[in-house]
Amino acid sequence: MLVLDRVSKTYPNGVHALGGVSVEVDPGEIVAVIGGSGCGKSTLLRAISGLDPASEGTVLLDGERISAPHQKIGIIFQEPRLLPWLKVAGNVGFGLGDRPKQERAARVATTLKRVGLADKAAMWPRELSGGQAQRVAIARALVPRPEVLLLDEPFSALDAFTRTDLQDHLLDLWADAKPTLILVTHDVDEAIVLADRVMVMCPRPGRIFDEIAVDLPRPRDRQSAAFDFVKRRVLAALDRSLSRAVAPADGEAKASAGAALWW
Amino acid sequence: MALVTMTIAAEQRGAVPAERTAAKKWARLARPALGLVLPVTLAVVWEFVVRMGWASGRLAPPPSVIFQEFVDLARSGDLQRNTLVTLGRVAAGFGCGVAVATIVGAAAGYSPVIRRLLDPSLQALRAIPSIAWVPLFVLWLGIFEASKITLIAVGVFFPVYLGVMGAIQSVDRKLVEVGRAFRLSDVQMVRRILLPAVLPAYVIALRSGLGLGWMFVAAAELLGASEGLGYLLLDGQELGKPAEIVAAIVAFAVVGKATDWLIALAAAPFLRWEDVVRQE
Ligand SMILES: Nc1ncnc2c1ncn2[C@@H]1O[C@H](COP(=O)(O)OP(=O)(O)OP(=O)(O)O)[C@@H](O)[C@H]1O
Ligand SMILES: [Mg+2]
Repeated sequence: MLVLDRVSKTYPNGVHALGGVSVEVDPGEIVAVIGGSGCGKSTLLRAISGLDPASEGTVLLDGERISAPHQKIGIIFQEPRLLPWLKVAGNVGFGLGDRPKQERAARVATTLKRVGLADKAAMWPRELSGGQAQRVAIARALVPRPEVLLLDEPFSALDAFTRTDLQDHLLDLWADAKPTLILVTHDVDEAIVLADRVMVMCPRPGRIFDEIAVDLPRPRDRQSAAFDFVKRRVLAALDRSLSRAVAPADGEAKASAGAALWW
Repeated sequence: MALVTMTIAAEQRGAVPAERTAAKKWARLARPALGLVLPVTLAVVWEFVVRMGWASGRLAPPPSVIFQEFVDLARSGDLQRNTLVTLGRVAAGFGCGVAVATIVGAAAGYSPVIRRLLDPSLQALRAIPSIAWVPLFVLWLGIFEASKITLIAVGVFFPVYLGVMGAIQSVDRKLVEVGRAFRLSDVQMVRRILLPAVLPAYVIALRSGLGLGWMFVAAAELLGASEGLGYLLLDGQELGKPAEIVAAIVAFAVVGKATDWLIALAAAPFLRWEDVVRQE
């Protein structure tokens, strides 16, 4: 179980990016984090990953305090961040450097097959399309079998078609070992398609503003009325999170708050 | 009639691709050859002009004379001995220069403190034309090997230092973060992320350093040497033998190019991933 206890983050330049976030995430749960730009979503994810630890509060995974990158936690960034000097197979096996060669090769092969890129193993990252590269990045993060997988807007650089394709694919992969997923996104549809719970954050400092449970059976139909109902609730929460955060500081920003979300 | 036209058209259509690939192949061979047209023409014309007696060719010997001089120098062993001496000096100077430049450049690229400490002084020293050091080096180190090798090392140092420092500074922070996310130790981080990321720029730095090394070995030997390719240049000048000078120049060019090619060749297997970009 992943427990965040009053996680705060103040950057060295004085920006108070997170103001006490407390959440409990069950093993295998999928949580989407959504909120206006600059509200601290990436900061939160980096604090959980240990790449950029919290300045106050604690992140506990199965009772163990996380203050540096941990073997049970994998992360997928917005860009694939493949190492250009390693072929696809080398990139996928990057996190298995300490394993015997044979085991590494076997696990890389099965994972590549699982993400549908078995035929690309000997290619250089530059020869892949954006969607293929991101799938390699997903494979790289999955190969060490993390208990928690963090994703920071993993599909936002892709076109709409590839994006829905990879969302479905991610769910499919998740079903294998059911790791905990924490997904930061700007895309409300994406959040509702994937998550068990949508957390809406508000800025300055970043806090959890609202939580919306998504009790829809999977696979979820993006066109269904129930989906639309949840979507409306999430959008309403978002709107309120933005206006409440902005109103005291600046009245006129209120009107554009809805639009600001998308940037 | 219509049928005939159609078959002809079809035949032509079939013929086009074959013709096109043949033309492409030819073009690929011809493109580098195009660069040879000018020098070869000039050489042939000059040979012809001298043979016809229109010019004496005493100061600018024709290709055949230069070739003969080459053969003579090779037969007496002078060419090999002097080439080896020069090559040895370049190797020693290049080795020292690269070793120091790599260490200092890596430190300055890695640590802002070291960079602020060293870089201003080094940049100031870089503004001095390296040849200007010669009198000082001769005073300090004597007129023999040590001063020559030092001069070469100084020439090699700067491009390699700048290249290494710049390469390390510009390593993609996002890839370093991938290394951190996978919990690489410091040694692993250097070996699996920093080294491969820096290698392309390092090879370029080494090659430009080597180029300067050859430049400075010629300068050092011209300023006083009893052997080496630069000595052949001096010897040719003093004895009024332009063919010997040109032969030495050609030897410089060939050996210089060969060493450069060796570096490129040695690095090629590690830079294959880069080729993918260049082909696009
Ligand atoms: N390295 C940093 N140093 C200083 N301040 C930072 C740093 N990274 C982020 N911030 C600040 O912290 C706040 C939260 O940033 P963060 O990147 O977490 O937002 P976000 O919710 O991920 O935004 P977006 O949706 O645009 O990605 C912002 O005000 C930002 O300016
Ligand atoms: Mg972000």
